[in-house]
Amino acid sequence: MRAVNVARRACAVALVGTLFGCAHKPTQLYMWESFPRQQYDVLLHEGASPDEQMHAMELHATKARAANAALPPGFRAHLGMLELNAGRADRAKELFEQEKAAFPESAPYMDRLLAKLNPTAQAKKTDSPA
Amino acid sequence: MNKTRTLQLLAVAAAALLAGCAHKPAPYDYAAFRQANPHTLLVMPPVNESPDIKASSSIWAQSTLPLSEAGYYVLPVTLVDETLRQNGIQTANDAQDIPREKLRDVFGADAAVYIKVTRYGTAYHVISSDTEVAAEARIVDLRSGALLWQGRAVASSAEQGNGGGGGLAAVLVAAVVKQIINTTTDAAYGYAGIADARLLSAPHYNGVLPGPRSPVYGKNVGAQ
Repeated sequence: MRAVNVARRACAVALVGTLFGCAHKPTQLYMWESFPRQQYDVLLHEGASPDEQMHAMELHATKARAANAALPPGFRAHLGMLELNAGRADRAKELFEQEKAAFPESAPYMDRLLAKLNPTAQAKKTDSPA
Repeated sequence: MNKTRTLQLLAVAAAALLAGCAHKPAPYDYAAFRQANPHTLLVMPPVNESPDIKASSSIWAQSTLPLSEAGYYVLPVTLVDETLRQNGIQTANDAQDIPREKLRDVFGADAAVYIKVTRYGTAYHVISSDTEVAAEARIVDLRSGALLWQGRAVASSAEQGNGGGGGLAAVLVAAVVKQIINTTTDAAYGYAGIADARLLSAPHYNGVLPGPRSPVYGKNVGAQ
């Protein structure tokens, strides 16, 4: 009698576990909007103009802030590259720093890009013994 | 008597559900992947074996979504593209031949993702025309050179329904399908998104392991 109950409970637990395994719907970590398409357009040098794309990305960033959603990896860096190509190096630096703050894993690459934008700082760094 | 019957029914139901989840090939050996434990991924420009020159950009641009959602930091592909060009690298083949030590030094990534697009585009047949995208991927540890994972995926307009596998891949695939309906002019781009999701999302049976930013990181989901 007791054994039957235990077995039944185990079976029910297994069943629930199986259902959960199949039906569990994960949510996304980031708000993507058109970012994959924007990367595609830039890689192909087609689609919306850089100005239109930067505008769309700023709207995307505002929307993400309002929804308390995270922007995807590379979003700020990509926008920074567009700003840099448009001649706004200071804004690009800001965005590369933001990428680093949001994703510390990006630091080695972002630092390399920042160093290129800051030749004097880089020279100072190589001059100093440390 | 009644209890036994209920028990039997439950057992049958559980078995059926398990079977529904489970028609699967041999589990992937994740020993090297787990040991390497990469946090950052560098997706290299995909080599294109199809006749469509957009194939590489399309698969590349859409690879960052499933890998980021899998819990990795993925280096921004447009900047990687520019850095490679500034260093005189003109083709995906040349890029994929760069020594791993050099990639590690320039980009600071733990592992590189090497993709090959084997089919991309629409094949016109007498009865029906199908759009199909197929790709293969290898993930290689940039510190040791060890192969951490490899897989392949196909997405085609000839499929009935969209069994994109379970979990996040299915969610992403459903999202891309919706997109294709809206943009029929560039159908292969949409199927590339599905192929990328099937190839690179996690958790997924025999797929890429979830990375550090995933809520299921470190859980035994890959070989489930």
